[in-house]
Amino acid sequence: MAGVYVVAEHRDGAFRKVTLEAASAAKKIADELGSEVTAVVLASGMADACAELGKYGVSKVLYADDAAFAQYTTDAYANALAELLKDADVVVFGASMQGKDLAGRLAAKLDTSVAVDCTALAVEGGKVKATRPIYAGKVYADIVINAKPQMVTLRPNVFDVVEVGGQAAVETISATAGEVKTKVVDVVKDAGGKIDLTEALVIISGGRGMKDGANFEILETLAGQLNGAVGASRSAVDAGWRPHRDQVGQTGKVVTPNLYIACGISGAIQHLAGMGSSKVIVAINKDADAPIFQKADFCVVADLFDVVPAFTEEVKKLG
Amino acid sequence: MNIVVCIKQVPDTETAIKIAADGKSISTDDIKWVMNPYDEFAVEEALRFQKEQKATVTVVGAGPKRVTEALRTALAMGADKAVLIEDDGLYGADPIAIAKILAAAIKDLTPDIVFLGQRAIDDDAGVVGAALAEFLGMPQLSVVTKLSLDGDKVTVNRPVEGQTLVIESPLPAVITCQKGLNEPRYASLPGIMKAKKKPLDTKKLADLGASATGFAEVVAITPPPERAAGVTISGDDPAQMALNLAKALREQAKII
Repeated sequence: MAGVYVVAEHRDGAFRKVTLEAASAAKKIADELGSEVTAVVLASGMADACAELGKYGVSKVLYADDAAFAQYTTDAYANALAELLKDADVVVFGASMQGKDLAGRLAAKLDTSVAVDCTALAVEGGKVKATRPIYAGKVYADIVINAKPQMVTLRPNVFDVVEVGGQAAVETISATAGEVKTKVVDVVKDAGGKIDLTEALVIISGGRGMKDGANFEILETLAGQLNGAVGASRSAVDAGWRPHRDQVGQTGKVVTPNLYIACGISGAIQHLAGMGSSKVIVAINKDADAPIFQKADFCVVADLFDVVPAFTEEVKKLG
Repeated sequence: MNIVVCIKQVPDTETAIKIAADGKSISTDDIKWVMNPYDEFAVEEALRFQKEQKATVTVVGAGPKRVTEALRTALAMGADKAVLIEDDGLYGADPIAIAKILAAAIKDLTPDIVFLGQRAIDDDAGVVGAALAEFLGMPQLSVVTKLSLDGDKVTVNRPVEGQTLVIESPLPAVITCQKGLNEPRYASLPGIMKAKKKPLDTKKLADLGASATGFAEVVAITPPPERAAGVTISGDDPAQMALNLAKALREQAKII
């Protein structure tokens, strides 16, 4: 069926925030196209949660309940979605690890293309125009997909979650998982249930100025106060102070938090590219000439080892 | 065993990107081109199998003649042979179209594993691996940080937000590589000398019955949004600066 579709993502029986962001963005696109939003939910045991997607502008939910969909696999999801979405006009995914894994495969299956990790969507001449950072944000590209479905994945934390409606109509369908070659044999949770950098609303990052891996403890403490995540520059990762999954930059994660606090980071072009689209940037560095200050909204020229603990105390007082 | 590694040539991460006069592409003057950093992990992993499994490693690249340099780098690292799909129109083309072209070139090599970097650091799309897997009819294992082989079964670690999935798959498969998988070697001087004598085939799109035209059209490239000049947080000592920063973030930015 024609229309605007959202591919819903879930974990532990709940829809993920990227899905609510995608639904809200899809609703805006659908309004401009004079269309409606349908969500596709491939899951197991999520019937009750489906109707709630109505809150975010979804008119209808196609819900396939199958044990084959309880845990995401590329094969099962791509097979089922290719059949369900072949007549769609627009398909919106969150640019999560799942969305990124799925969208390219589905684009190939449906003989179309995809604009990934978009930060803005517009409708022009009846088509979706997607804006996405390239070269890790050094420039932005506007992309139009000249085929149907027009597929986009949306960068987490960029699109607002907008509550507009009530309950969505839920239609239970059967979907074909087909041949599934890959098998998830284990799921290992990260220690301490940390927030992933790509989804964190606050990131405290450390660079070479941290001097040692153990010193990241002061950033962890601040992150704890602000419910944020700790990131690192490439030099801090290469020094072995932090794991690679914490790296922010052109060869690490490209992040878009509401608040990014760069501590002891000089601001190499590769790092600035990765965090430059953060909403508010604070730089704390002893070196007044550090390039990071060119990008920062608030510049603190001081020793991070004095300022960060004092700032943590101030945040505590604010409650 | 046949291993194929797809390589992209990209601007070095230090490069300042300038928009070309057409407003739809980047200026390629003054760019230092390098092998995509994530592809180095793909080459290194392939070389591990070259040794352990006596595999033949073929590196494949698509783009203008200059892409030969990235392929020679891989040959100097130790790959056995290279294929260049030469076409001046491929840089910046639709990644799904690129995947189709790569699939056309790769299928005759009957690979057991196709390795790629998890994404290229220029278009940052990260979809070529998935689309290539579809065109080759193989399963895909994306963004892997650990890999082990047991007969014709591969087991990988794939970090996703907040957790790591351990996934098993039969071969052949397409695997995209993430930093952490291995430590890529540098090309040695003897390696560089040897690379000059290794076979490098050049194919044209017509040879593959393929086209560079895809469905994704770049209609404009623009500079990033300007940021307003920053505010310097003053204070006689760190404690006062910390207080003023907290105030600014609370009252001015309304962010904490």
